[in-house]
Amino acid sequence: MLVGATNSSLAQEYREIIPPEDFARVPPDRLRQYLGLTRQQFEQMDEETLKDLMSLRIEAKAQMPDDPDAELNTTEWRYLLGPHQWTGYDRPAYIWQPVSQIHKYNLLPLFIGSLKTTFVALLFAVPLAIAAALYVSQLAHPRAREWLKPGIELLSGIPSVVLGFFALIVMASFFQALFGYPSRLNAFVAGLALGLAVIPVVFSIAEDALTSVPRSYTEAALALGSTRWQAAWQIVLPAALPGVFAATVLGFGRAIGETMIVLMASGNASIVSWNLFDSTRTLTATIAAELAETVVGGHHYRVLFLLGALLFAVTFVANLVGDLVIHRLKGRLEGRR
Amino acid sequence: MTAPLPSLRARVTPPDAVSPAPTHGHPPLIEVDRLSLYYGAARALHDISFAVPERLVTAFIGPSGCGKSTLLRCFNRMNDLIDNVRLEGTVRIGGEDIYARDIDVIELRKRVGMVFQRSNPFPKTIFDNIAYALRLQGLRRKSEIADIVEQSLHQAALWEEVKDRLHASALGLSGGQQQRLCIARAIAIKPDILLMDEPASALDPLATAKIEDLILDLKQQFTIVIVTHNMQQAARISDATAFFYLGELIEHDATSKIFTNPARKQTEDYVTGRFG
Repeated sequence: MLVGATNSSLAQEYREIIPPEDFARVPPDRLRQYLGLTRQQFEQMDEETLKDLMSLRIEAKAQMPDDPDAELNTTEWRYLLGPHQWTGYDRPAYIWQPVSQIHKYNLLPLFIGSLKTTFVALLFAVPLAIAAALYVSQLAHPRAREWLKPGIELLSGIPSVVLGFFALIVMASFFQALFGYPSRLNAFVAGLALGLAVIPVVFSIAEDALTSVPRSYTEAALALGSTRWQAAWQIVLPAALPGVFAATVLGFGRAIGETMIVLMASGNASIVSWNLFDSTRTLTATIAAELAETVVGGHHYRVLFLLGALLFAVTFVANLVGDLVIHRLKGRLEGRR
Repeated sequence: MTAPLPSLRARVTPPDAVSPAPTHGHPPLIEVDRLSLYYGAARALHDISFAVPERLVTAFIGPSGCGKSTLLRCFNRMNDLIDNVRLEGTVRIGGEDIYARDIDVIELRKRVGMVFQRSNPFPKTIFDNIAYALRLQGLRRKSEIADIVEQSLHQAALWEEVKDRLHASALGLSGGQQQRLCIARAIAIKPDILLMDEPASALDPLATAKIEDLILDLKQQFTIVIVTHNMQQAARISDATAFFYLGELIEHDATSKIFTNPARKQTEDYVTGRFG
């Protein structure tokens, strides 16, 4: 589909060779296609340049690795998604190596990388943000609330490159000293730094949702002899659940879409591993790091574009599911179901 | 004390301290002594002293802003939730000063139930609305909870209407049903006192009549204090009536006396509808 028209097979590319001596015998249009030039480029080149390009192709063919993998179009879905036993590997593996001689474009390591960091970020940020929202909206003294709420929301104004830098320099060393794992930059560190970016998003929306729960619910609970904490936890939080859930979905979107923090703090190793303390590479960081180096319209470029489209699909589906759940929860609360 | 009020009749009103409670032989349960309440610098209640007798319905009447709801909220310390509230004087319930330092407010509120002006069932099922109150009491046995839920709904005259949909959301009930559910919730934990803050003011006449019948039933078991704007309602359901004006207790007497032969001119003007 998105990459369907491309063929990254080296063998395919160099199957046909037209030697420079044949320059005069080949029709110009045919030659232009052979060299992969646009009409405009072709017209600007003189015969010498074109002949040089033709010789370059012969050299490139000579340098082509003697590898059966060179026959493969690695942008086919089965190579994008499934494992493949590449030459030199002792078993099928998921490999993302777009700039090796054989372009290996398996998406799985990047997906796992994105999921791992997002998972850590949400695990860290969502409970903390909701607890903070519950405290600020229900339990804190109004005067404390006045500076706590803007204080936490101000966190969202920190540029993500600053958070990334903080994670790279401070957090990474701190947690390595604490846990003693081998890779200093990994999904765990990146996830925690990502969490710092997610907290203000989740907090802000959850706090609004909790504050908009009618005060009369709290009064009713207190008049029945509940503590303020019981009223907040057992009455207000369930009543605000749709809003709190929406906050979490938004936090997920922020976490999976965030680029700079994971680019700086995750180690960027595209390996398939569920271990949180291994270096990892996310979809977003891959696009950010590689897109500028690709040939526009080339297969690498297109695969990166596919990553972007998949990222969009994931957040779209997450928001859609989130929205459905929110409607269900709301319906249940309002007695429509 | 209250400033001398002009009176058309030359009746001498009881001037001081706890006004002679129309107790019908019922002992006083709530005793208010020289209570003043301030919101910041503004005084909402002025030197109020009187007693609420046990197992009777006492109605608080008076124009808006006269402090009757504020006084009601003193009895279960709901005013604690508002900033800048300051209290002088004492409130005793069953002889115990409820503003004493060592009082457990949570326990107090379990003994003094409250029904609010706007029905406020939780966004939970009908069953869970009442079960929540019971669980707060520490009840855990499911069968026991179910029994009390049913019993409370019977008492609140709601059982027949909701028995087939106990596990539907309480917010699907009509306004009157919701208010009766709130009453069921309040009485489920068997408080001594039931405070009602204009419980029928947002309801239609039919639903109001049901609530009033219910109050007459409930006074067998509970001491009820009800704030109302509706004079006919006070006359129909209460045994004693207290009339408040501008934060002061103007008159407190048997309901029949307040409505037929009040001691003060202001009371008479109010109950006959000349002002307020």
